[in-house]
Amino acid sequence: MILNQFLILAALLFSVGVYGLLVRRNAVMVLLAVELMLAGVNINLIAFEATIRSALAVGQIFTIFVITVAAAEVGIGLSIVLMIFRNRSSANIDELNLMKW
Amino acid sequence: MNFATWLRQPENWVFLLIGSAVGASAIRVVTSKNVVHAALYLVATLGGSAALFLLLSAEFVAWVLVLVYIGAVIVLFLFGIMITKAPLGREASLDNDRKGIAALTSGALFVLLAWASLLAFGSREIQAVGEGTSTALIGEALLTRFAVPFEVVSFVLLAALIGGITLARKDLTPKEEEEGGAV
Repeated sequence: MILNQFLILAALLFSVGVYGLLVRRNAVMVLLAVELMLAGVNINLIAFEATIRSALAVGQIFTIFVITVAAAEVGIGLSIVLMIFRNRSSANIDELNLMKW
Repeated sequence: MNFATWLRQPENWVFLLIGSAVGASAIRVVTSKNVVHAALYLVATLGGSAALFLLLSAEFVAWVLVLVYIGAVIVLFLFGIMITKAPLGREASLDNDRKGIAALTSGALFVLLAWASLLAFGSREIQAVGEGTSTALIGEALLTRFAVPFEVVSFVLLAALIGGITLARKDLTPKEEEEGGAV
């Protein structure tokens, strides 16, 4: 197995996530695209861990932290989307321009 | 090594199969017209990446990913989709009108990342691993070398829990009339 095959797959996932972040109008779909980016990062970390094979499995520990923080972030993000939806009856992020000058 | 010798190793067939499934599911997440389908394509992407972790002998992390991400985070997403009444069913207007420049930006980002990693690592190989990483090693690392980040992440989860509940609960209505009647 070549290291770059995993890195290029992770780069593909990350770029597809960036595309989804820029294009989607619904707030929940934007969060889905952010999850795609984090999945790409996880593949990267595990591939590097398999290459350098460190004594304490550092790459895998970092991946566990990324998964945990992503879960917390999704919880808070969806609560915020829920509050926005309660106040405006729409989760369309194009309409959130109250702070725009 | 050229492509023929690369293809002769069985783990590379598995990688091609799973990797193409992961890539196709990822593209369908961002181009699907149905919101629930997009969440389910994300399940396929994450399941495929868990399989890639198994290929790289990170077994504990693969199953943690399946449990936490697919088992909890995606369910939370589906709840969020249902509760915020995201447009279920086919809807033509899920994307805004900036698709061209977004595709250009993400394409440029992909080319940059791929070119940088090819330049840096060339055809460096991952030595085949004989056995999986033991969970005892990860547990020992988490409690000795990484004890402080471990505790900090626990605080992050606690803050997320309290914050989520505070944000999303219904407002408590004051029971003034009831108290006025009782007095």
